[in-house]
Amino acid sequence: MAKTLAEKVWDAHVVRKGDGDGANAQPDLLFIDLHLVHEVTSPQAFEGLRLAGRKLRRPDLTIATEDHNTPTLDIDKPIADLTSRTQIQTLRNNCAEFGVRLHSLGDAEQGIVHVVGPQLGLTQPGMTVVCGDSHTSTHGAFGALAMGIGTSEVEHVMATQTLSLKPFKTMAINVEGTLRQGVTAKDIILAVIAKIGTGGGQGYVLEYRGSAIRALSMDARMTICNMSIEAGARAGMVAPDETTYEYMKGRPHAPEGADWDAAVEYWNTLKTDDDATFDAQVDLDADTLEPFVTWGTNPGQGVSLSESVPSPADFGDENAKAAAERALQYMGLEAGTPMKDIRVDTVFLGSCTNSRIEDLRAAADIIRGREKDPNVRMLVVPGSARVRLEAEAEGLDRVFKDFGAEWRFAGCSMCLGMNPDQLEPGERCASTSNRNFEGRQGKGGRTHLVSPVVAAATAVRGTLSSPSDLEPAPEPAAIRIDAA
Amino acid sequence: MEKFTKHTGIGVPLRQSNVDTDQIIPAVYLKRITRTGFEDALFSAWRKDPSFILNQEPYSAGSVLVAGPDFGTGSSREHAVWALKDYGFKAVLSSRFADIFRGNSGKQGLLAAQVAQDDIELIWKELENAPGTEVTVDLESKTVVCGNIVAPFEIDDYTRWRLLEGLDDIGLTLQHEADITAYEATRPSFKPKTLPARVS
Ligand code: SF4
Repeated sequence: MAKTLAEKVWDAHVVRKGDGDGANAQPDLLFIDLHLVHEVTSPQAFEGLRLAGRKLRRPDLTIATEDHNTPTLDIDKPIADLTSRTQIQTLRNNCAEFGVRLHSLGDAEQGIVHVVGPQLGLTQPGMTVVCGDSHTSTHGAFGALAMGIGTSEVEHVMATQTLSLKPFKTMAINVEGTLRQGVTAKDIILAVIAKIGTGGGQGYVLEYRGSAIRALSMDARMTICNMSIEAGARAGMVAPDETTYEYMKGRPHAPEGADWDAAVEYWNTLKTDDDATFDAQVDLDADTLEPFVTWGTNPGQGVSLSESVPSPADFGDENAKAAAERALQYMGLEAGTPMKDIRVDTVFLGSCTNSRIEDLRAAADIIRGREKDPNVRMLVVPGSARVRLEAEAEGLDRVFKDFGAEWRFAGCSMCLGMNPDQLEPGERCASTSNRNFEGRQGKGGRTHLVSPVVAAATAVRGTLSSPSDLEPAPEPAAIRIDAA
Repeated sequence: MEKFTKHTGIGVPLRQSNVDTDQIIPAVYLKRITRTGFEDALFSAWRKDPSFILNQEPYSAGSVLVAGPDFGTGSSREHAVWALKDYGFKAVLSSRFADIFRGNSGKQGLLAAQVAQDDIELIWKELENAPGTEVTVDLESKTVVCGNIVAPFEIDDYTRWRLLEGLDDIGLTLQHEADITAYEATRPSFKPKTLPARVS
């Protein structure tokens, strides 16, 4: 029978089929290849194991890192916030007790859990990957079935290395064409979410397909899969191809020698069959896409950067109308204001959506030789300590610092403000993260989701801007210092 | 999870309907990192009132909570069940439970027994007239006994079976451990392991 990519990966992991058929079917028991752990959602799961006298079944398929609570300054000092410090200390104790590999603050592999897995080569095509974190969907960029789970499920995976799951429906997101200069993966996914809505993916695993997706790098594919959850989907996937293998090759945990060949042979089968059918389809034209930006308080409330703040009256649906009204009020925006007239106070370049090396390079290319708007503060937070080191080897830190941006240590940072990096009430931020919910980046903070290049251009002009709005960089441009 | 067949303990009449999970355990306690030690958090707002039922002897030593309809509504926090268990409750009787609360109870081994409201009223009277009266909840026969009152209760067959067998979700899955082990044996060698750590 013809199958989609998601169905192939699913079927390859069934430990035990659920009894019954159709609507009455019991869930399947699926094997989990990789379990990622961080400090926020794991303490009760570890304690559950302890209380029940159970062991962690597969420490060798489990890895932990510290990310949500970690400070991005003074990382050699004790963490000031007591709750944060306790959560991190608890993770350290638990990992030591149960034999889990942990990358702690100060370690070169520490960082946002969804940046760390791929960069170590632990995320591979055709795997099942879970984590007590909704943005686990990021790992789907490799053709893995990757899902966020709750704390009880975290404990279940720890004890059994399996999960009971009911099958999902499948949705094809076809993106055909060529992106224009200055338009990125972030704009694709923001446009997809604006199109299908924050609930549009509910019950589905999305598969991103088409020439525009094939042309993207792994870092860019991760940006897209990362935000699948923002469309309500359980997971998002991209079929593996040469780009995937190129990225994997030589990573610490990538297969080697004969294992590599066997792996590639298997990975090549991980494509949706030509005659397979999806339960739903969505098409997006890459040729006409423009940089995208959100104006509201959910990731589906977005428009092209060249447009204006919509009016609640533009929405047919009563709920959408009311939501728009509330959002405009919270955001302090008036309908009809051109998006590009909106001033920001802060620019945040970071989060598991856009904090990988390519994101930093793209932003650095925009600001190199330019000056920051003096009224804007810019925070650059690499996704992992490794990304930070890589960026420093390329001299990107200098570019950011010369520009006047703050160059920070790795972590989730202002994506959710569990550490001291937060917006003040009423502050407005152009952010490369994934959620613009009320108060997400700090109580009363206002978030506009953007791509790294839009974030960079915005930091130059002080208003939401696309790179094409910038004057040519003054001559002579600063010289790029490449890695030796 | 411990097996539940029958439990006898002091009954606590909680004459309240719509007891939501925010009342069972307020949000401030959700920042904790433990799964136990929530006994002080249970009904913490209400317990500031000296006349609250759990502040009175001998009810304070109760282990069977007899509540009004719509118990456990609101937020899905599993902490509500942890708090009841940590305090020492083994069973909650109500004529109607919120779905998620009932599901969470089943997972954690707290018996949520659905008893007709008429019977709840009778039990309340008995417990108030003779404080310290014990209530017996028998899961095998699905009956509650309190003084002279014998009342049937409802619980879905699947949850009842799991409680009788002492099986939580993990316990259930571990019944298929042989399948898991067999699957693990077929896993190709090219699939990555986190240990030993390889770093560049
Ligand atoms: S960067 Fe933000 S979205 Fe990603 S894992 Fe951290 S808090 Fe969650």
